[in-house]
Amino acid sequence: MSEKPERPDPVYSQPYDPTLAEKLYNPQKPMENRITDIGPPHYWQFLPPVIQRNYGKWKSHEIIQPGVIKYTAESGEVVYVVRCGTPRLETTDYVREICEIADKYCDGYVRFTTRNNVEFHVTDEEKLRALIEDLKSRKMPGGSYKFPIGGTGASVTNIVHTQGWIHCHTPATDASGVVKAIMDELFEYFGSHKLPAQVRIALACCLNMCGAVHCSDIAVVGIHRKPPLVEDERLEKVCEIPLVIASCPLGAIKPATVEIGGEKRKTVRVNVDRCMFCGNCYTMCPAMPIADGQGDGLALVVGGKVSNRITPPKFSKVVIPYIPNEPPRWPTTVKWIKKILETYSQHANKYERVGDWIERIGWERFFELTEIPFTWHLIDDYRLAYDTYRTSVHFKFTSHVEVMTDYEY
Amino acid sequence: MGEVKKHDTPMMDELKSGPWPSFVDDIYNYAEKHKKQACFDILGQMELSYKNKETHWKHGGIVGVFGYGGGVIGRYSDQQDKFPAIWAFHTVRVNQPAAKWYHSSALRKLCDLWDHRGSGIMNLHGSTGDIILLGTVTEQLEYIFYDLTHQLKMDLGGSGSNLRTPECCMGMSRCEWSCIDTQDITYELTMHFQDELHRPAFPYKFKIKVSGCPNDCVAAIARADFSIIGTWRDDIKIDQEAVRAYVAGELKPNAGAHSDRDWGPFDIKKEVIDLCPTKCMFWDEGQKKLYINNKECNRCMHCINVMPEALRPGDDRGAVILMGAKAPILEGAQLSTVIVPFMRLEPPYDNLKNLLYKVWDYWMENGKNRERLGETIQRVGLNRFIVDVLGLKPLPQHVKEPRSNPYIFWKEEEVEGGWTRDVAEFRKRHPA
Repeated sequence: MSEKPERPDPVYSQPYDPTLAEKLYNPQKPMENRITDIGPPHYWQFLPPVIQRNYGKWKSHEIIQPGVIKYTAESGEVVYVVRCGTPRLETTDYVREICEIADKYCDGYVRFTTRNNVEFHVTDEEKLRALIEDLKSRKMPGGSYKFPIGGTGASVTNIVHTQGWIHCHTPATDASGVVKAIMDELFEYFGSHKLPAQVRIALACCLNMCGAVHCSDIAVVGIHRKPPLVEDERLEKVCEIPLVIASCPLGAIKPATVEIGGEKRKTVRVNVDRCMFCGNCYTMCPAMPIADGQGDGLALVVGGKVSNRITPPKFSKVVIPYIPNEPPRWPTTVKWIKKILETYSQHANKYERVGDWIERIGWERFFELTEIPFTWHLIDDYRLAYDTYRTSVHFKFTSHVEVMTDYEY
Repeated sequence: MGEVKKHDTPMMDELKSGPWPSFVDDIYNYAEKHKKQACFDILGQMELSYKNKETHWKHGGIVGVFGYGGGVIGRYSDQQDKFPAIWAFHTVRVNQPAAKWYHSSALRKLCDLWDHRGSGIMNLHGSTGDIILLGTVTEQLEYIFYDLTHQLKMDLGGSGSNLRTPECCMGMSRCEWSCIDTQDITYELTMHFQDELHRPAFPYKFKIKVSGCPNDCVAAIARADFSIIGTWRDDIKIDQEAVRAYVAGELKPNAGAHSDRDWGPFDIKKEVIDLCPTKCMFWDEGQKKLYINNKECNRCMHCINVMPEALRPGDDRGAVILMGAKAPILEGAQLSTVIVPFMRLEPPYDNLKNLLYKVWDYWMENGKNRERLGETIQRVGLNRFIVDVLGLKPLPQHVKEPRSNPYIFWKEEEVEGGWTRDVAEFRKRHPA
């Protein structure tokens, strides 16, 4: 078992030496001075003393205002936490500003949440007030808040998201820009507690779903809609053909041979009728690009959750199969998310998550209330599709149902 | 440092407005202040993506540091003439401290490193939990690694077909509900499995996530191949005085989570008793006393969430171990499924480590290329995985309901007389 370091390692108070690595690393002898497999720094050294003293001995908590939580320990000690949204995609200067705030109010200690919020901890109320005022006053030159306070309780907290066009090679949409557009529009819900329950929004820029957004109240997923291209002249050089064939979950890829300039080349052919545009072939083979400015866009999935509270965790379901990419503000996507959120807010009971609300009222009612068109794309035809068919006569007569009187043969 | 060139980026500039923190404003400020062409180029390329609605990053690129098979993701621009400063823009994953607590001295030093050796752009944090450093060139990778290990006592995280960086909720550091020491478990597993984390030897990625209670704030059940979720076996602890305070409206329900809307006075019957999924609670209005039939409780956390001052998880604590969650690629999304209903977790967590070894031995032998554990379990059958592979007892807790079809793969040894039969003997009894 490892020792628990009480204070931050002294190595962190020594200034960064930009020349040290060049002195230590010798390309001719790569093992020289190499330290490996040391793992992450021990977490204990980064816990504020009040947290160390009361670790595992907390008694209760109270959200005293949106974004501000008071924790009380069995010892009677108290810690106040101020939670702020961050863009997640940020520069070292932004992080330095976080450090400056942490130094000024929190003896340098700071924490980040699973959902990309930053949390500052203080132990007295006077400091708390000063910290909150300070955080509110910090703005980017363009006017956005650097550290909006919120993300607690029945709010829309920060959006878990992926990289998108800033850094990913397989995306069907952007991530940071879409998130910015959505959060700008839902900003009032971040810093308030007026929803029936917490609403977790997530974004993944392709079906690989680096953020596992498939269990979110509302999620945005980048999708492709055109089959992959096949670069015959390049494919056999850059791809393992059997792996590419095996990568297709629908068996839509088969081997082929073509003649290019009198030379036989091994390649593949795609049965486009079977393609569901998952992009897994491109992940395996750079000579099968699938992204396309016209074809790509977003799908909205709703009603999932991860908490076991009241009902079991569940998947989000597709309610809008495609919305075009509309940079820089994605107005259609933002409009529908807001519509879903506000319809939910208006109709759900206290404590009811989006998915629980929809299950209570029925999906047919959800589509009626939100005015989202129901199209054939929303009826599952992949694995386990049967589980989603309606095998009872328990349904509601919403505006969707027309009485069938005649039926032509 | 020569002249820097800002590209015309009207769509990026549009994202400076609005109240939510603008990454565009942040990156441009940084670019101007530090005269970093890479930052101008990255927003230039992003503007091009906004115009074309397509990414401009090439497919993959295998780069890394000596002796490791993961932790660095190669990235190359397909617009190298237009944006030469980001022709290579590799990602470095740095293993975060458990539950993402920091001291500014460590974060600041990391910033100094990244100003010097990278673009200055990062993520706090990546989806799996790592600190993500975005944008450097191949020549810098070893120096970054030496800086991390020598000057920051930090190490790379996981990528590729290996153990991905384990992650946890805030656990006992601040939460009164955490039934297990999520940070210690995460740290201990991460340190113990350094080889599995740095040197890809698995069929595909493998994620471990640790949540302290069934609220599952780190989404272990949705995204970890191996999900550890804290729970308890004994009775929920009740402070009847505090329950009465909630009923009398002296305490705010759900710790004040609903403060900006008038939901009417707190109604314990409507908000707690009736919403209990197992209906195991009773509020005696006359006695002003709350009763819980704990035997029937499924520990969903709702009553505890609503009345945190009054109710607390019991003292007989451990974890549920679930396995197999993943995103949709390929066979569809999966949630983790219960494997061990209750595991006692005490340092050094040998039971947990041994279970992981057992799972990996089987999966490495039998998993197909790029098959997640959850898919392997489905292919071989949950029953076989639990009984034959892990040697555990099948339990009703493993399923929501028993199978509805009787197509059972009986084993020969379960059937009297075995499967070898004589057709001549059969025909003696039943002439054709």
